[in-house]
Amino acid sequence: MKQPSLDLLPKAPARIVAPAEDCVHCGLPLANERVVDDAGHAFCCAGCQTVFGVLNASGSGAFYRLRGDEAGAAAHVSGRGFGEFDDATFFELYGERLTGESSRVAVSLYVEGVHCSACIWLIERLPRLVPGVVSAELDYGRRIARVVYDPAHVSLSAIARGLDRLGYAPHPVRGQRAQQARQREERRELVRLGVAGALAMNAMLIAFALYGGILSGMDPGMRQFLRAGSLGLALLAVLWPGRTFLRGGLIALRTRTAHMDLPIALGLVAGIAGGAFNTLAGRGEVYFESVALLVFFLLVGRYLQGRQQRVAQDSLELMHALTPAVARRFDAASVSFVEVPAAALQIGDRIELRSGDVAPADGRVASGSSTLDLALLSGESRPVPVDPGDEVFAGCTNLSGRLELVVSQTGTATRLGELMLLVEQANARSAPSVRFADRMAGRFTWALVALAGLTLALWWPVDPARAVEHAVALLIVACPCALGLATPLAIVAAVGKAARRGVLIQGGAALERLTGAGTLFLDKTGTLTNSAMVLASAWGARAEWTWMLALERTSRHPLALAVCQALEAQIELEGFACDGEQLGSGLAIKDIQEVLGRGLQARVDSATCLIGSAAFLREHGVEVQVELAAVWPALAKREDPAATFDLAALHARGQSVVLAARDGRLVAALGFGNALVPQAHAQVAALQARGWRVGILSGDDPAIVARVGAELGLVPADVHGGVTPEGKLAMVEAALQNGARPGHEPQPVVMVGDGVNDAAALAAASVGIAVQGGAEASLAAADIYMNAPGLSQLTALIDGARRTRRVIRRGLNVSLAYNSIAAALAMAGLINPIWAAILMPVSSLTVVSLAYRSRTFDAPGRPALG
Amino acid sequence: MEFVYIILPFALLLAGIALIAFIWAAKSGQFDDLETPGRRVLFDDATEDADAELPSDSQPPK
Repeated sequence: MKQPSLDLLPKAPARIVAPAEDCVHCGLPLANERVVDDAGHAFCCAGCQTVFGVLNASGSGAFYRLRGDEAGAAAHVSGRGFGEFDDATFFELYGERLTGESSRVAVSLYVEGVHCSACIWLIERLPRLVPGVVSAELDYGRRIARVVYDPAHVSLSAIARGLDRLGYAPHPVRGQRAQQARQREERRELVRLGVAGALAMNAMLIAFALYGGILSGMDPGMRQFLRAGSLGLALLAVLWPGRTFLRGGLIALRTRTAHMDLPIALGLVAGIAGGAFNTLAGRGEVYFESVALLVFFLLVGRYLQGRQQRVAQDSLELMHALTPAVARRFDAASVSFVEVPAAALQIGDRIELRSGDVAPADGRVASGSSTLDLALLSGESRPVPVDPGDEVFAGCTNLSGRLELVVSQTGTATRLGELMLLVEQANARSAPSVRFADRMAGRFTWALVALAGLTLALWWPVDPARAVEHAVALLIVACPCALGLATPLAIVAAVGKAARRGVLIQGGAALERLTGAGTLFLDKTGTLTNSAMVLASAWGARAEWTWMLALERTSRHPLALAVCQALEAQIELEGFACDGEQLGSGLAIKDIQEVLGRGLQARVDSATCLIGSAAFLREHGVEVQVELAAVWPALAKREDPAATFDLAALHARGQSVVLAARDGRLVAALGFGNALVPQAHAQVAALQARGWRVGILSGDDPAIVARVGAELGLVPADVHGGVTPEGKLAMVEAALQNGARPGHEPQPVVMVGDGVNDAAALAAASVGIAVQGGAEASLAAADIYMNAPGLSQLTALIDGARRTRRVIRRGLNVSLAYNSIAAALAMAGLINPIWAAILMPVSSLTVVSLAYRSRTFDAPGRPALG
Repeated sequence: MEFVYIILPFALLLAGIALIAFIWAAKSGQFDDLETPGRRVLFDDATEDADAELPSDSQPPK
């Protein structure tokens, strides 16, 4: 079969026509706008059309048959060149040389847009679509494609473009080594689990024969043989898969800390030692099957818990893959800017920063002016203007104009790198919390030892041999099997349910720490307020709005976008015809000039019109009054004659002001502020009602932060604005020290944030919560990630954590009850191996069903019941 | 009942072989991805059809 190269395929001319049915590629209903190819196939977007064309031209049309009813995602073809994939640094970072085959190499790519079985088929057909690719294998669950190719015949960027044109935009997988380490760990645990299971089941088989002996007598030689066999199995179970408990118990003893492994190890050793002695002496009872089962059950709990944690870490790290690490560096050979991995940048390199790009390194502006969004880096919500000579820090977003920078610092030496270092230090410093189950295990171990001693003392006068026998039986039957399962299972179940709600929890310890009320610090931007600005108040004649709107539509400045949105909403409210296209069409607008970050100038119907900041208007000779009478509050139908538009006061309240002038006279004024997220009041009140002290730690202007704090009714002492990342870290650590109560669980300090400037504080806090849209650094530092911005998930999370604790306690109580009954029976000398083997699985099953049937995190929309 | 002396070690030997097979499978990554192979198995026959199909005529199902 002929193999067409993807890059050479002709592109069908597209045109826009009238509505009907569904998109041929993705199956979504078509809206008014659609793309139709020459054969009459209709698509929802150019992306779907590209993919359809590529598939059919390459003989892969079977895709549509294979996927059956699974369709439902529009293809997103980025159309990028992926030049940075060809850089040598890229391969060093993400590629892998195959051992044995010198000519072939492999690379793992995270692919966006995989949603059905047919996607697997399509991606694995890559060798037929892109010549030079040897094989492609997709891990559907993690959306990672491993591509083996021959670098002599195909470049990595061609492979990336091939995947992109199929609708699966590829990204390099960062943190691959950590993922591989987790995978090896998972395999080891699986082997341990399988071995423990096989040993336990075989020990159980032999035990059944022995139970027959207990009930109806058995030939002593045969009994001895069976006991020796099960001794071998149980010994193997304890020494191989069960080694982890012995080691944990030893560590607990040596460091004198309480840990659940201690009583478990005690039971295992007592069971093996006592049983071995009885087997050699040919008398008494043996509990080998209970010992082997114990190891198996406990490993099941640990395996599930570990797996959950690995899945959460994997998905968090894959989210990092979506943040690009690309730079556009000046290439002297081709006299143009080419894409390279950010890691390849060196000091002195000349790089280009287009509008919307994130700075990949620290640098100084060589040419161009623009405005920068520093929100993620410093928390500053207002765009900052930059001109040649100004410094730009890695991690800030270029909002408007094109910039050329000379790199001054790269990698860990950048301001961003310094902050990441702070995160690592904070992570290393934060002490691991003692978990509830472990604290309980300490008391439990003492009780166990005391009861065993008591049994010995009580039975010794009767018969020393039986005294030892009963004490050993007690240590085994009271061994905390269900107790050891209760916590991991409840947490696994809760974390799984939370993940379905879009809350990713790394490890159960964070969940446990959320149960006690403490201090909760919120970052302002992105958490309490939307980062987009909304109209707060307006002044001026409405007739002016049409040209303002038409003019602002030409700008990409964030404030201009806010003006457009506000004016459209306001005009609609007041009953103007609000079709965007028609609005400015009656006006003759000429000579539009944008002064970046300051304002716009144009001629509208022969009048000179200006729109921009107060300084911009003053520069052009407009007299700007400080107070303007009669103001429209936002989204109201009439003006309030008593209110005044006081520029100084507005600024103090943290609002940004946009002014408009016509022929040198001020005609309109608009005040913008960051809006609080919906239900911020209710959510903060709900948190306070649960006993949390809510505060704000923000890098934004203190005046703005104070106003938000006052609006939410927070104590002014807990509201801090203008805080540096180091300052946030210090405040979290101070709160942690204040919350430490000797002899008690310390009060948790929770930090909620999204920016790089929050990352160190997130890492230091008892629980760090990152919210959607956050920077990569904050994801790396946080224990919990919420996929919805704002606060709505926060109360659900805290309630869920409390319900989880209740489930854990219930499980622990049930298993304690079982253990007490078993201990009492053992002390009375009434226990035998059959009872032990029945009690253990029954108690474990009770705990398992309690954990999985409880409602810790409800699906959104359903009322949560405690 | 003397046969038990032979059959029990033999049964354990068989279980041991199965266990070794399992350990090999786990260590060579057979259990790493439990989802994709289950879906992939559906494609084998269909891939053959796809090769026979004429690219330009292929019509997607409506």
